[in-house]
Amino acid sequence: MSRARRLGLTLVAPLIAVVAAALVTSLVLLGVGESVGEFWAVVLSVPSSRLMVTIVNNASVLYLSGLAAAIGFRMNLFNIGVEGQYRIATFAGAYFAGLALLPGPLNTVVAIAVAMVVGAGWAGIAAVLRVTRGVSEVISTIMLNAIAGGLVAFLLRELGEQQGQIRRTTTIPESSWVPGIPLIPGEGSLVYGLVLLALLAGIGYAVVLNRTRFGFDLRATGESETAAVASGVNVKRMTLAALLLSGAVAGLIGMPDLFGDSHAYGSTIQVGLGFTGIAVALVGRNHPAGIALGALIFAFLSVQSNALGITAGISPEIVAVTQGVVVLSVVIAYEVVRRYQLRIEQTEVARALARAPAVSEVHQ
Amino acid sequence: MSTVAGASAPGAAGAPQPAGDAEHRSIRRSKLSVWLLLGLLTLASARVLSGADDIASPGTLRAALTLAIPIALAGLGGLWSERAGVVNIGLEGMMILGTLGAGYYTFHFGVWAGLLGAMAFGAIGGLLHATATVVFGVDHIVSGVAINIIAAGAAAFLAEVFFSGLPGGGPTQSPALPNAPRFDVPGLSTAAADLAARDWFLLSDAASAVAAVTTGMSVFTLLALAAFVGTYWVLWHTPFGLRLRSCGESPTSAETLGVNVYRYKMIAVTASGALAGFAGCYLAVVASSGYANGQTNGRGYIGLAAMIFGNWRPGGLLTGSLLFGYTDAARLRSGGESVHALLLVVAAGLLVFALWQLRRARVAHAVAFAVAGGVVLFWFLSTETIPSDFTQMTPFVATLLVLALFSQRLRMPAADGQRYRRGEAG
Repeated sequence: MSRARRLGLTLVAPLIAVVAAALVTSLVLLGVGESVGEFWAVVLSVPSSRLMVTIVNNASVLYLSGLAAAIGFRMNLFNIGVEGQYRIATFAGAYFAGLALLPGPLNTVVAIAVAMVVGAGWAGIAAVLRVTRGVSEVISTIMLNAIAGGLVAFLLRELGEQQGQIRRTTTIPESSWVPGIPLIPGEGSLVYGLVLLALLAGIGYAVVLNRTRFGFDLRATGESETAAVASGVNVKRMTLAALLLSGAVAGLIGMPDLFGDSHAYGSTIQVGLGFTGIAVALVGRNHPAGIALGALIFAFLSVQSNALGITAGISPEIVAVTQGVVVLSVVIAYEVVRRYQLRIEQTEVARALARAPAVSEVHQ
Repeated sequence: MSTVAGASAPGAAGAPQPAGDAEHRSIRRSKLSVWLLLGLLTLASARVLSGADDIASPGTLRAALTLAIPIALAGLGGLWSERAGVVNIGLEGMMILGTLGAGYYTFHFGVWAGLLGAMAFGAIGGLLHATATVVFGVDHIVSGVAINIIAAGAAAFLAEVFFSGLPGGGPTQSPALPNAPRFDVPGLSTAAADLAARDWFLLSDAASAVAAVTTGMSVFTLLALAAFVGTYWVLWHTPFGLRLRSCGESPTSAETLGVNVYRYKMIAVTASGALAGFAGCYLAVVASSGYANGQTNGRGYIGLAAMIFGNWRPGGLLTGSLLFGYTDAARLRSGGESVHALLLVVAAGLLVFALWQLRRARVAHAVAFAVAGGVVLFWFLSTETIPSDFTQMTPFVATLLVLALFSQRLRMPAADGQRYRRGEAG
C-alpha cells in the first residue's frame, strides 16, 4: 500500500467520527425541537481571550488525564481508576502543601511528588492484585474509584476545615502558589503556571515510549504478550511498572488547578476528569499529539457550550452527548478502517502470489 | 469435548449422567439454605449481643430488599451479557437511561407504560453496545465507557427538555411519580409482624424476614424476582440458554455446531440493557419518588460487582445484592449504630475463617485472618459508631476482598470480553 493511501486512511477515521458526532447532535436537537443553527453558531463562535485561557487550562488538565490512561492502554491495561487515583492524590497533595512544612517553592515541588506517589500507590493496589492474584484491573479499579471517593470524603471531614458552605483543606501558603503565564494576550488572562507540567509529561511520554528499552518492552507487551515473553520481557514487572506510572501521572491531574487557582482541596472539586481522560486518550489513539488534539477538542466543546443556556436556551449537557458519540464513532471508524486495510493487504498479497507461481516451483 | 465422548459411548455415558447432576444440584440447594440459616443466626446473635435492635427489624429488611433489587437487576443484566461473552461496563449508562425512560413514561402514561419505556430506553443502550462490540468488534470496555458518557449526557439533556416547566418538575428532576401497586399477603403478614415484635431469639428474626417480604410488597419486586427465576430457567434449562452460554464459553465451537453467534450475542446484550433499564425504573419509581439526575450513583457498577461476587451465577448474584442492599439499608435507617453492630459479625466471620484455615494447615493464612479479625473486634469494642463514608464503601471493599481471596475459585465465562469474528474458527 502506498504511503499516501495509508495516511489518507488514517485521517479518514477521525473525519468520519467528527461528522457522525455533528450529525447525531444535530438530530437529537432536531428531535426535541431546538434550533440546530443556533447551537452550532454558539459552539463554533470565536472564543474571547478569557475563554481561550479557560480552554487551554482545561485542555492541559485533560491532557494529563489522557496520558495517564494512555500509558495503560499501550500495554492493553485498562486503568479505569484514573478518576479515583487523581482524587485521592490531589487530596494528599493539597493536604501536604497546606501543612506548610517546607518553605516556598520547595513545598510545591515536594507536594507534587507526594501526589504522584499517592496516585501511584492507589494504582499499585490494582497492580498488585493483578500480578499476584490475577484480578482484572478493570474491575479492581472500578471498585477502587468508589473506595477512593468514600475515603477522601472521610479524610476531608477529619482533616479539613469549614469555610463557609464547603469543607476544604487548609489553604496553601501564598509563597507556594505557582504564578500564571501571560500566554494569551488580553486583560487578566493568565494560563496556569503548571500547564508546563502537561507539556513535560507529554514530552516524557513520547520519549520514554519511543526511545527507551522500557517503552519498547511496554509497547511489545501490548501488541503481543506471548512475543514479548519470548523476547525476555518480564510481563509481571511491566504490568506493575505501567500501572504505577499511570497512577503517578494521574496524580498530576489536579496540580495545575491546585497551585494555580483553588489553593485547597474542597468538596467542590471537579469530578469526572478521569473518565473524560479515558475518552480523550481513545480519541487521540494514545499518540502524544493525538491526545493533545483530543484534549483541546473536548475542552473547546465544554467551554463553548457554557454559553448555550443563556444565548440559545439549550441545555449545555448536550455537549456530553457530542463528546460520547465522538469517542464511540472514533473507535468504530478505526476498526472499520483497520479491517479495510487488512483486506486490501490480503488481496495485494494474493495477487502478487498469483503472478509469480514460477518462484515457488524453483524453490521446490 | 463432551460431545466426542458422548458420540463414542452414548449408552454408557448417558445413564449415570442425570443422576449425578441431580445429586449435585440437591447438594447445592441444601448448601444455599444452610447459608441462609447461618446468615440469620449470625444476625440474631449480633442483635442480641450488641443490642442494636434495628439490624433485624422488618423495616430494615424491607428497606434492604428495596435497595437490593436495583443492584440485583443491574447484575442480572450483566449476567445475560457476560454469559454470552460480552463484558458490559455500560450497565451504569443503561441504568441511567432506564431512570429517564421511567420518569418520562410513568408521568405521562402510568406505571406500566413507565416500566416498558424504561426497559426500551435501556435496551437502546444495550443495542448500541451490542452493535459496537459484536458487529464492529470494538473493545468491550471502550464501548462501555463511551456508552456511560453518552447516557449520562443524554439523560441530563433530555431531563431538562422533558421535565422543566412541569408542576413539581425541574431541569434536573421529574415530578413525583405514582408508585407501583403494593400488596400484603393476607394473614401471613400480620402474624409474622406480631411474632417479629416478640423479641425471641432467632424465631423473631426469621419472622421478621417473612414479614419483610409479605407486607407492602411492590408488584415490581415480584416481577424482579420473577426475572431471576426466569433467567435461571432460560439460561440453564433451555436449548436457547445453552447456545447463549456456549457463545460466552467458546464462540468458535458454537459456530462450528451451527449456532448463529452474532445473533445470540445481540439478543443477550440487548436483553442486558432492558434489565438494566428495569433496574433504573425500580430505582426511580419504587426506591424513590421520581427521576433525578445522578440517581444511579454507581449502582450499575455495584450490580457488576455483585455479579462477580456471585461467581456469574444468579443465586450468588442475588446473595451478593442482598448483602450490599442490606449494608446500605442499615446505614440509611439508623446510621452508624446498626453498621457498628455488623462489625461484630465481620470479626466473628474472620476468626471462624482463621480457624478453618488452621485446620487446613495453612498457618500463614490463618494468622493473617486472625489478626484481621482481632483488629475488627478491637474496632468494635473501642468505638460507638462507624462513619457513614465507610459503610458506603462496603460493597466495593467486599468485592475486592472476594476477588483477592477467592480469585482461584471464581470462574467467569471462558471467552468473556474476547473479540469474536465470524468465520475465523480454526
